[in-house]
Amino acid sequence: MIRVEDIWRTYTMGDQELHALRDVSEEIADGEHIAIMGPSGSGKSTLLNILGCLDRPSRGSYQLDGREVATLEPDELSRIRLHRIGFIFQAFHLVPRLNALANVALPMVFDGIPPAERHERAARALDAVGLERWADHRPSELSGGQKQRVAIARATIMGPSVLLADEPTGNLDTHSGGQVLELLDELHQQGMTLIVVTHDPNVARRAGRVLVLHDGEVTRHVVGASVTDLATLFAQPEPGK
Amino acid sequence: MSWLEVLRFSGHALGQHRRRSLLSLLGVTIGIVAVISLTALGEGARRYVTDQFSSLGSGLLIVIPGRNETTGALPGIGGVPNDLTLDDARALERQLPEVVTMVPITAGSGSVSHLERSRQVLIIGSTSDFRRVRELQITRGRFLPTGEVSRGAPVVVLGRKIARELFDEQNPVGQPVRVGDWRMRVIGVLATRGTQMGVDMDEAVIVPVATGLRMMNRNSLMRIILQLRPQVDMEKAKRRVLAIMSERHDEEDITCLTQEAVLSSLSAILRTLTLVVAGIAGVSLTVAGIGIMNVMLVSVSERTAEVGLLKALGASGREILAIFLIEAVLLSTAGGVLGLAIGWLLIDLLVALYPALPASPPLWAVLAVFGVSFGTGTVFGVLPAWRASRLDPVAALAAR
Ligand SMILES: Nc1ncnc2c1ncn2[C@@H]1O[C@H](COP(=O)(O)OP(=O)(O)O)[C@@H](O)[C@H]1O
Ligand SMILES: [Mg+2]
Repeated sequence: MIRVEDIWRTYTMGDQELHALRDVSEEIADGEHIAIMGPSGSGKSTLLNILGCLDRPSRGSYQLDGREVATLEPDELSRIRLHRIGFIFQAFHLVPRLNALANVALPMVFDGIPPAERHERAARALDAVGLERWADHRPSELSGGQKQRVAIARATIMGPSVLLADEPTGNLDTHSGGQVLELLDELHQQGMTLIVVTHDPNVARRAGRVLVLHDGEVTRHVVGASVTDLATLFAQPEPGK
Repeated sequence: MSWLEVLRFSGHALGQHRRRSLLSLLGVTIGIVAVISLTALGEGARRYVTDQFSSLGSGLLIVIPGRNETTGALPGIGGVPNDLTLDDARALERQLPEVVTMVPITAGSGSVSHLERSRQVLIIGSTSDFRRVRELQITRGRFLPTGEVSRGAPVVVLGRKIARELFDEQNPVGQPVRVGDWRMRVIGVLATRGTQMGVDMDEAVIVPVATGLRMMNRNSLMRIILQLRPQVDMEKAKRRVLAIMSERHDEEDITCLTQEAVLSSLSAILRTLTLVVAGIAGVSLTVAGIGIMNVMLVSVSERTAEVGLLKALGASGREILAIFLIEAVLLSTAGGVLGLAIGWLLIDLLVALYPALPASPPLWAVLAVFGVSFGTGTVFGVLPAWRASRLDPVAALAAR
C-alpha cells in the first residue's frame, strides 16, 4: 500500500526554487497497475524515485505499507529497496563488466545469499524471461530488448511487491517493447504493484489507472482503457482535478 | 554482504582495468622494494659490523695510533702521531697489572711465492696470542712460537686458501716460501676461518710481529689489543692506557677503544641509517598512496552510474564504501606483495654478489610491508570510497 500526502519536491537553484512536484496526494493499492504520463519535465521520474525510496519528498508524507518513509534510517531504506521494490530504467543500467547471469544475481549479493543459490535462482529468472541461452553474455552482446529483459529479471529476483518502471520501452522498437510489456503484465498478474512511467498511449492503456502530471501537479486521473492519444490527454488540464 | 563477496566484486571490477590497476599498484611496489632492500642493506651492514666486532670477545682494549676523532682533530691533522711501537706495547703490558694478554698487530700486503707460484696476500704480523683473540684453528703444523716479541724469526703461518694455491694438497709445513723479499719457512696452516673484521683469514699469512715490521720497513704497529682480566673497570683501564702513552709520547696521540663502545656506537649509527632509509621509503609510499587515491577517484567518477544502480538495487552506503575501499586495499596490497617479491629477489642477488654481507630484510620490515601497504590502501582509499558511498542515487543514475 502506497500513500503519498501533499508531497512536494523542491530543488533550490541559486535563489530560485523549482518545484518538480507540487502537492501530490495519491493512494495506490497493492496489486494496482498504474501508468504515469505527462510532458517531459513534468515530474514523472521524480515521483517514481520518491515512491522507490531513492529520493525523499521535500515536504509531505509518504507511507509505504503504513510506515512513514521519512522516519526510516538509510540502512532501512536500503533494505526496502532490496526486498520490496524493483526498478526498471529506460537506459537498462546493467553493469557492463558482468554477464547477464551475474547482473541478475547482483541484488542477491547484497542479501548475503550464497553463490550456489544465487546462480541457480538467477538462471531460473533468466529462463523466465526467455534468456537462458544468454546467461554468460555481457550486456554489450545483447540487444536492447534482451537487456531490458535481463533488467526485469534482476528487478524481480528478490520478489518485490512493487515494480517501478521509468519509460521501460523508451529505447526499444515496437517488437521488443511488446515483449517487455508482456513480461510486465505477467508480473502484474502475479500480484505485483506495477507503476510505469510512459509517453506511449499504448503502454498506458494497459494500466488500470493513469495519472497525468503537468508541471509537478497531478492534473488528471484517467482510466487506462480510455487513453486515446497524447494530444487530448496533455492538452486540457482540468482546472480543479 | 560478506567481506568475501566484497572482495570478489572488487577484484572483478579491478580486473576490468588491468593496465590501470597495474600502473597504480606499481607505485606501491616501488615503495616497498625501496623499504625492503634498503632496510635489508642497512640491517645487513649493522649485522656485519656487530658480528665482526663481537667475534673479538669482551674485555678487550684496542689501542690505535692517532687521536680519537671525537676530541676534534682528525688523525693526521695537527701533527703526525708518533709511532705506536713494540716498545710502547711492551710498556703497556708491563705497567698495567690488569693486562692478561697483549697482542701487537701490524699488517700490510705483499706477495708470497713458492717455486714458480706466487700470490698477493695480506701479511699480518703478530704474536702467538693472536691465535687466541681471533679464535683461529690450525690444521697443520703449529701457530707462531711463544716467547720474545722482538725476535722476529723467519717463519710463516699460511691461510688455508693460500696453502692450497701454493702447495696443492702437499703438506707445506717445513717448506720454504718467499714473502716479499724474505725467505721464510712455513710452520703451520690455518683452518678455514672465513672473513673476520673485514679480513679473509683464508687469504692471509701470519708472521711474527717483529718480522712483519722489518719486512714492511716500518716502526709503527697498526694496533695493540689488550686483553684485560675479567671484571676489570674498562674505563679506568682505558684512562691508565692513555696516561701511560701520553707520558711516553709527550702528547695524547693514540686512541683507545673498548669493544663495547665501538660496537654500540657503530650499531647505533647503522640503526639510525636503517630508520632514515625506512623514512625515505615511507615518503615514496605516501606518493604511491596518492597515486592509488587518484586512480580510485577516477574509478568512482567513471562508475557513478553503477554506484547509483547498486543503491537502487538495495546496496547500503556501507556496502558501497566497502567495495571501493577494498579495491584500493587490493591494489596497494598487491603492489606490496609484488614489491616484497622483487625486493627479496634483489637482496638474494646482492648476497650472491657479496656473500660477506648478511643482508636480509629484518622481520619487522617484512611484517611492515603488509601493514604499510594495507594501511596505504585504507588511508588513501577512504576518501574515494566515502565519496562513492555518499553519492545521491538519483543524480548518480543520471550520470554518463
Ligand atoms: N537534480 C535536479 N536539480 C534540479 N532540477 C531537477 C533535478 N532533477 C530534476 N529536476 C527538475 O525537476 C523537473 C522534473 O523532472 P523529472 O521528474 O525528471 O521529469 P520527467 O521525468 O517528467 O521528464 C524538471 O523540470 C527537472 O529539470
Ligand atoms: Mg523522466
